[in-house]
Amino acid sequence: MAGGQRADFKNPVIKWVDERLPIFTMVKAEYGVFPTPKNFNYFWNFGAIAMVMLTIMIVTGITLAMHYAAHNAYAFDSVERIMRDVNYGWLIRYVHANGASFFFVAVYIHIFRGMYYGSYKRPRELLWMFGVLIFLLMMGTAFMGYVLPWGQMSFWGAQVITNFFSAIPLVGEGIVEWLRGGFSIANPTLNRFFALHYLLPFVIVGVVVLHVWALHVTGSNNPLGIDVKGPQDTVPFNPYYTIKDTFGLIVFLAVYAIFVFFLPNTLGHPDNYIPANPLVTPAHIVPEWYFLPFYAILRAFTFGVNIYIALGLVCAAFAMWPIFAAKDKAEINFKTVIIAFAVSGLFCLLGYFSQYELASGDIALALPASTAFVSAKLCGVLAMFGAVAILFVLPFLDTHPVRSAVFRPWFKIAVLLLVADFFILMLCGAKPAEGFWVPLSQVAMLYYMAFFIVVIPLLSKIEPVADLPDSIHQAVTGNHKLSVSSEKKA
Amino acid sequence: MKYFLILTAITLLTSGPAYAADDGHSMPDLPNVDWSFEGVTGHYNKESLQRGLKVYRNVCSACHGLKRVYFRNLESLGYDESQIKAIASEYTIADGPNDEGEMFERPGRPSDRFPQPYPNDNAAKYANNGALPPDLSLITKARAGGADYIYGLMVGYEEAPADVDLLPGQYYNEYMAGHVISMPPPLSDGMVAYEDGAAETVEQYAKDVANFLTYAAEPELEQRKRMGIKVVLFLIAFAAVMFAVKKRVWKNIH
Repeated sequence: MAGGQRADFKNPVIKWVDERLPIFTMVKAEYGVFPTPKNFNYFWNFGAIAMVMLTIMIVTGITLAMHYAAHNAYAFDSVERIMRDVNYGWLIRYVHANGASFFFVAVYIHIFRGMYYGSYKRPRELLWMFGVLIFLLMMGTAFMGYVLPWGQMSFWGAQVITNFFSAIPLVGEGIVEWLRGGFSIANPTLNRFFALHYLLPFVIVGVVVLHVWALHVTGSNNPLGIDVKGPQDTVPFNPYYTIKDTFGLIVFLAVYAIFVFFLPNTLGHPDNYIPANPLVTPAHIVPEWYFLPFYAILRAFTFGVNIYIALGLVCAAFAMWPIFAAKDKAEINFKTVIIAFAVSGLFCLLGYFSQYELASGDIALALPASTAFVSAKLCGVLAMFGAVAILFVLPFLDTHPVRSAVFRPWFKIAVLLLVADFFILMLCGAKPAEGFWVPLSQVAMLYYMAFFIVVIPLLSKIEPVADLPDSIHQAVTGNHKLSVSSEKKA
Repeated sequence: MKYFLILTAITLLTSGPAYAADDGHSMPDLPNVDWSFEGVTGHYNKESLQRGLKVYRNVCSACHGLKRVYFRNLESLGYDESQIKAIASEYTIADGPNDEGEMFERPGRPSDRFPQPYPNDNAAKYANNGALPPDLSLITKARAGGADYIYGLMVGYEEAPADVDLLPGQYYNEYMAGHVISMPPPLSDGMVAYEDGAAETVEQYAKDVANFLTYAAEPELEQRKRMGIKVVLFLIAFAAVMFAVKKRVWKNIH
């Protein structure tokens, strides 16, 4: 990180240490004078905020672990003991429990910012992929943490999630047993989840180091998405962004504090204050809010892949092939693409309705050979994991030369629709899978998938490349009005 | 962009309490009682807590435990040490083994928890027609609606509509999930004598016991809210200062 060049420190102790281990030189270079684009908006605060949330979670988590008993007979009682008898135990636990939610709030906004301003694009692909890895690790950590209080939702959530793996053909049941440490969710499950819940945050810290390291190699992206051309485009990180990040952080913490002190159980489920009972299943098993969109994608699959849907997928691949292969718009024969998509859609609808059970118990559209050979359950599980996994390859799906949505009006609409879609999925995930919510979640799931697999590759080829400002400095100062008007227009 | 963010914020806010609404799509809305512990400056009404304790001890405790509450906790209800000792000593606690290896019974002490009404869950079910009366220590946190739900359940007993068949030992309650409840109507006017002149009605009993059970579930509530006011005010002031500093630092850049 720090090169051979040493900074000059006046303090003799710091100088002595720095000559032997250039840690102060490194801090100065990476957080002091580090040249940072001067046009960040407040979306750029959320990386620092997420880092603070991770620290808060680790500190409160270690404190809770000092009082928690990872045993199915004592876990619930030990949590209640923390709430009632440990000094400020209620505060530590509420900070930790709501902290998980606010960590996800920060990270979701951080991910959205990365997508909207094209921060995932060359040369920051690896930086983005480390970020997705952190997100994945967070999801695992959060899930296992939710199991630890050993309430009804903890227990039944663990039951549902581990059960996903049984959808894997042949080895599924074996994997489920291996994950649970037995034939059902029991003490061995709780013990291993506690061990992993304690371990994974430190793995996250390691990947965060890589994430920040990669960031400091490429430098930050910025709202215009154009490269830094020279020193006039940047300001030193300190004091400009240390102070701006502090301000944003304090505002974020104020909102977080409102939840901790005044609405501590609003984001949780009341059933988790009922001790786990393997003999009583809750009416609705609902995950935490931050998993709801992915849960909705899982449940959207009331149908599997049968021969018609398989044919539909082949046609879709046929439609997408020229789009991926083409160098530019001129090489794409849109007539073929549209026809292939129309045929694909038709096959998929046939496949869908040939599995659609009406209220009367009849099949909506009786067709020969309509039995699914990839079960609905397996499709759901694959789609749910795929919804996260696809983020890894986003930098390679989007080959459009312009980064920021500010200069990509079409992409801007698509990505904002994705955000709306994400909230619709969240809502669907919270509702019971019945009535109107099922088709809504299916349409929302379809857009989520299509955004990555169809819309992004298509826009990469067909969206016009706008004129970009010459430099950040020019856009921020000289032609300030121009950049504002172009944002409005977009 | 801003408009869009506001829209999504609204969606998020409306999707938040989604699960609470689900469980009762055929249910009437819970009565919305004006509790003293609600709101930013919420606090417990000690007279009501003391009356609620009396209702619990005279009525609920016959079937429902309160195993996470210690007698010493009653200090928060406004009792002094001698009163707490007196209340505790009215209970008989199984203790032991003693030096001779025998279990024995002794009067309760402030360091004891409220004793359980049944030796185990099976005994509780056997005595209650197969239904398990839940422990009440966390009940207001464990039910959507909290204190409003407890109040609603206490006042929600009704004649079953003609199309609902009740088995022996079942009752109809407007606010119970599915409307069928195995708990007989626990309260009736005048069944608990109040010494402070409060009305001896089912509504008043229900309010007092819901107050008391909220305290049992969230003994830290007053301390939490008082601390919260300080923390949030501090953060807002700190944010304002940071904003001013940020403006000043950035003055030459913009």
